[in-house]
Amino acid sequence: MDGVHAELTRVLREHAGRLTACLIRTLGDFSAAEDVMQDAVETALRRWPTDGIPDHPDAWLLTTARRRGIDLLRREAGHRAKLARLRWPVPGEPDDRLKLIFTCCHPALPVPAQVALTLRTVCGLTTGQIAAAFLVPEATVGQRITRAKRKITDAGIPYRIPPDAELPERLNQVLAVVYLLFNEGYLTSGGGRPHARDLVDDARWLAESLAWLMPRRPEILGLLALIRLHQARTAARFDDGRLVLLRDQDRGRWDHDAVGEAVRLIERAAAMRRPGPYQLQAAIVACHAEAPTWDDTDWTQILVLYDMLLSMTRTPVVRLHRAIALRYVRGPQAALDELDPLAESLDGHHLYHATRAEFLRDLGRHREARTAGSRALALTGNPAQRVLLTDRLAWT
Amino acid sequence: MKYVLMFVETDEYAKELAAMSDDERQAAYEQVTEWFARHAAQITHHGHLRPAHTATTMRLDGAEPLLTDGPFVEGKEVVSGYAELEVSDLDEALAIARSWPACPVIEIRPLT
Repeated sequence: MDGVHAELTRVLREHAGRLTACLIRTLGDFSAAEDVMQDAVETALRRWPTDGIPDHPDAWLLTTARRRGIDLLRREAGHRAKLARLRWPVPGEPDDRLKLIFTCCHPALPVPAQVALTLRTVCGLTTGQIAAAFLVPEATVGQRITRAKRKITDAGIPYRIPPDAELPERLNQVLAVVYLLFNEGYLTSGGGRPHARDLVDDARWLAESLAWLMPRRPEILGLLALIRLHQARTAARFDDGRLVLLRDQDRGRWDHDAVGEAVRLIERAAAMRRPGPYQLQAAIVACHAEAPTWDDTDWTQILVLYDMLLSMTRTPVVRLHRAIALRYVRGPQAALDELDPLAESLDGHHLYHATRAEFLRDLGRHREARTAGSRALALTGNPAQRVLLTDRLAWT
Repeated sequence: MKYVLMFVETDEYAKELAAMSDDERQAAYEQVTEWFARHAAQITHHGHLRPAHTATTMRLDGAEPLLTDGPFVEGKEVVSGYAELEVSDLDEALAIARSWPACPVIEIRPLT
């Protein structure tokens, strides 16, 4: 991503959500406020690359939103009058961003809509950028957002931070959305689309904002650490567009300062003594990140962490990952035995077949390994993963 | 805002209820009565429907009205009652629905 593009992204991310919140407060209408801000963001994306980013980008955005809003909201005289009175600088409220996030991630909305709405409303992406990032038609994303906003208004989804009794559950939903974004971004990054918005950056920014706004929630720190650890390895994950496996990555290219920061986040979270799945996942990734070489990996510790994770979330995917750790503690046969009971639930999952192929190869069962490998290849749509799996098939 | 909670019964729940002893069933009914009492300030209206076998469905989209026996959706889940709430937003309606002690599915819809 070039300099102007990166700066544009940063500025919009910084201001779009805050200004949307201000417009919601002014208009008392989530949907109209969001539309008006989106229009200003799209205008900025058209104008700034040639005109340059203004000295006070938020003043520019607010003025544009106000002017366009007065045009757009022709039939709502009340809204127009309120917009006309709006002046920069606007007072911000620290809770604004949280209110926005919790409203966008309300469990009464379908998850894809929660994701799209969070990206648009909180992070300042356009519908087109979201569509490009998720490789879906723009009309689909537009429809998701329109429906979600209509539901917010018509079903009376409140614009506020949930009360304490509901907060843990609602925060889990927010973290699930951030995690999903991160995962999507992580899988598609480096796939030869240099100008596509990097969703990992958005996920990280959201996690950082949450960590700052809710400092006593250890799972937020865990998720942030997890994102930072993966980002720290980005430079070594790709070689000439090809995905490089953890074992083969040049560890000198990892960002060791970022790893150190992530480890401190994990320690800060651990001191709160409320472990959770994100903290454990981050701890597992940290074990890898802190090993000087692949052979130095502390597999026993990783296996212990997976056992803890499994006691909290007993999902087939976690069991699959635990089996990989078991491979290095007790050998390929023990690990393969762990995979068999997962066949039914993970048959459509490329990583299941790729892992099986690997264990079978370790056991010298090459014909079965090739079958499993082809199955894995047929199941992934990600180009970098396809290249990797094709390579491995060639030498099984 | 006004919302309607539509209580939905399932086959399994009906079986559970049938398998209860008289005392257990009595206790279950008392929990429901207690729930209505606890939320009396928000509940503006409510009703319990007679079982699905008493339903008649009329379809008016043909040349003549067509009457059929049974509820309009054939399935294992049937609406068995409703409560109308007056609360400030969806979250408040959800909080009340969450503590419902009886049948396992509730549809929550705003009224216009």
